[in-house]
Amino acid sequence: MTILLLLIPAALAIGGLGLAAFFWALRNGQFDDPEGNAARILMEDEE
Amino acid sequence: MTALRKPAPARERTILAVPAIHCAGCMSKIEHGLPARLGILSARVNLSARTVTVDHDATIDGHDIVQALAELGYEAQARRDEVAPRLSAARPLLAPLAVAGFAAMNVMLLSVSVWSGAEGSTRDLFHWISAGIGIPAIAFAGLPFFKSAWQAVRRGTTNMDVPISLGVLIATGLSLYETARRGEHAWFDGALMLLTFLLVGRVLDAMMRDRARAGVDALLSQAAQGAMVVGVRGGLSWVEAAKLAAGMVMRVAAGERLAADGDIVSGASRFDQSLLTGESAPISLQQGDRALAGTLNLEAPVDVRVSHAGHDTTLAEIARLMEASTQNRSRYVRIADRAARLYAPAVHTLAALTIVGWLLAGAGLYQALVTGVAVLIITCPCALGLAVPVAQVVASGSLMRAGIMVKDGSALERLATVDRALLDKTGTLTLGQPLPDPAALLALAPDEAAVALALASHSRHPLSRALAAALTKWNIAPAALTGVSERAGEGLSARWEGLEVALSRPQSAGAAIAAALTVEGWPVRLIPFSDRLRPDADVALAGLRRLGIECSILSGDRPAAVAEIALAVGLTAQANARPGDKQAVVARLRASGRKVLVVGDGLNDGPALAAADASFAPASASDVGLQAADLVFVQDSLLALPRAVRAARRTMAVVRQNFALAIGYNLLAVPLAIAGLVTPMVAAIAMSASSLIVVGNSLRLARAAE
Repeated sequence: MTILLLLIPAALAIGGLGLAAFFWALRNGQFDDPEGNAARILMEDEE
Repeated sequence: MTALRKPAPARERTILAVPAIHCAGCMSKIEHGLPARLGILSARVNLSARTVTVDHDATIDGHDIVQALAELGYEAQARRDEVAPRLSAARPLLAPLAVAGFAAMNVMLLSVSVWSGAEGSTRDLFHWISAGIGIPAIAFAGLPFFKSAWQAVRRGTTNMDVPISLGVLIATGLSLYETARRGEHAWFDGALMLLTFLLVGRVLDAMMRDRARAGVDALLSQAAQGAMVVGVRGGLSWVEAAKLAAGMVMRVAAGERLAADGDIVSGASRFDQSLLTGESAPISLQQGDRALAGTLNLEAPVDVRVSHAGHDTTLAEIARLMEASTQNRSRYVRIADRAARLYAPAVHTLAALTIVGWLLAGAGLYQALVTGVAVLIITCPCALGLAVPVAQVVASGSLMRAGIMVKDGSALERLATVDRALLDKTGTLTLGQPLPDPAALLALAPDEAAVALALASHSRHPLSRALAAALTKWNIAPAALTGVSERAGEGLSARWEGLEVALSRPQSAGAAIAAALTVEGWPVRLIPFSDRLRPDADVALAGLRRLGIECSILSGDRPAAVAEIALAVGLTAQANARPGDKQAVVARLRASGRKVLVVGDGLNDGPALAAADASFAPASASDVGLQAADLVFVQDSLLALPRAVRAARRTMAVVRQNFALAIGYNLLAVPLAIAGLVTPMVAAIAMSASSLIVVGNSLRLARAAE
């Protein structure tokens, strides 16, 4: 059962990383314009 | 860490509403086209909100950007201050949802290990880790519920959040106690799962409302937001509506709306007052006459000296009438909260009785309390909390795809009960804009039609635009013209294959609106314009009647004009109703126990829209109409009305089924809880199963609007 001492923190850390990434995305306006982001992949840049 | 780039000191940011943006092509055109102009540094389109954020230097202002966008082919409006800082309802719920979801999954993993037989110190460790994750997560993710519950309790009422908050808090407290005394059961997983499910429901609900509101916001821009003001030396400058003051002289071009009330100083024109009064025929005004804010100048440019601006206009009086009515509406208690008023006391009594029962049966205080708490946890209204929002979200989504925007969650509840409808005439039963007579267009020779289209497309005059739109719809290609010139108040002239052609105001049309098409050597063609009934008006009204809704017309127009439409659709009508009168009619009907639906578009309908049990506006409505209405339909057809009512009734049927399912689940689970047989595992399974059933049942509404 000692493996749990490693696995539980590892699982929590990975989950926490995901949560932190989500918060980062939320703060950086990644959810401000979902429709626009969907359309942007179709835009061509002339430059 | 990346540091945010600080904007240069002279940089300014303007946000403009551009309703016509709809695809990647539009975005690309604007984002590449705007920065090519002098003074504009960058432009960024937000497609969800239909806005453009422009960074520019101080040498240009919002009005210049509007013009730059117009040259790119997009109609734009600088956003007004009161609209701009509107916050999304879903955004603040995303972080709690993410936290609750993260914590619920991790705790559930630990709980599954406990259920599958972890014992002794391993179980204690798992419980402590669960507590470590769960308690902060519950404190953060539960905050929206705790706040709302506390507000209700402080006012002495109860809502759905009261039993939810109690259940979550008690479950958390009991689990912490159990963990500390190395007990067998902890309920952190249940409490977190409950919060996750409920937050999913609320986020979906808020997102739907955000989308509908963004749709309506994009439409909001009918009223003029400023005016060209004639300066002392004759120069023109753009002044925002809020900064207009009495005594200024505005120059109002044909096709523009007045930004303030005023007296005409020079020029004469005809004005469309339909949004303000419901009057369909344009009125002629000349020097010395009073023109009202919100009216549309149809013919020639005029100079108007502002007499009242901003909050002193005729609009202000309508706004005051509306304020009173809106308070009326906010007293409506939503069905979920009505259910909670019965539900909360019932389950709380049941829990108390369970404790008393176990004590009487000789159990110890601890065991009695734990059983009582288990009853509270198992009756925590998870499915009940999802019953209403999920059904309404699915139905609203379906309606939105059908072109009907539901602005308010309770709108469908209120719409479902309606049994009386009052319809405005101009702009509601009719399209509200002069359209060329199709018979007259059919009579044109192909060459004439091509010339008419080419001429009309050169003008921004309302009649020209209507004519161009109608002819374009018939796949007519415009003729090649040379030397097109427009003379304000008279019309357009040009040369076509060596012939003089003109589209002008007819010499002898009388009061009727018409345009004359002259091609040298051909007879003059007269194209009459009139406001027409919306397509499918008959079918739509018959549909409403079949749903048991009695309809009648309530209009501010002249009796003769109303009678004509009333006869055409076979409804009784009341004419010459002022805004206050309309509101009084609604109040009288409501006092006699009817549930009133008001359908209207104008400023004059605002108070009635706000006073009604439910209200509907076409997308062409005035700002006031759009803001006051619960539902907005974007297509021309009136079929949106019966369709929305049917969808609302179907939604409420599903909501009632959901309540029955949720309560049925409680009837099964509560006896187990009272008997002390419910473990955290049973609670978790029961909770997810009942939520899934309710969500599944609600998904049947995906085609509610068909």
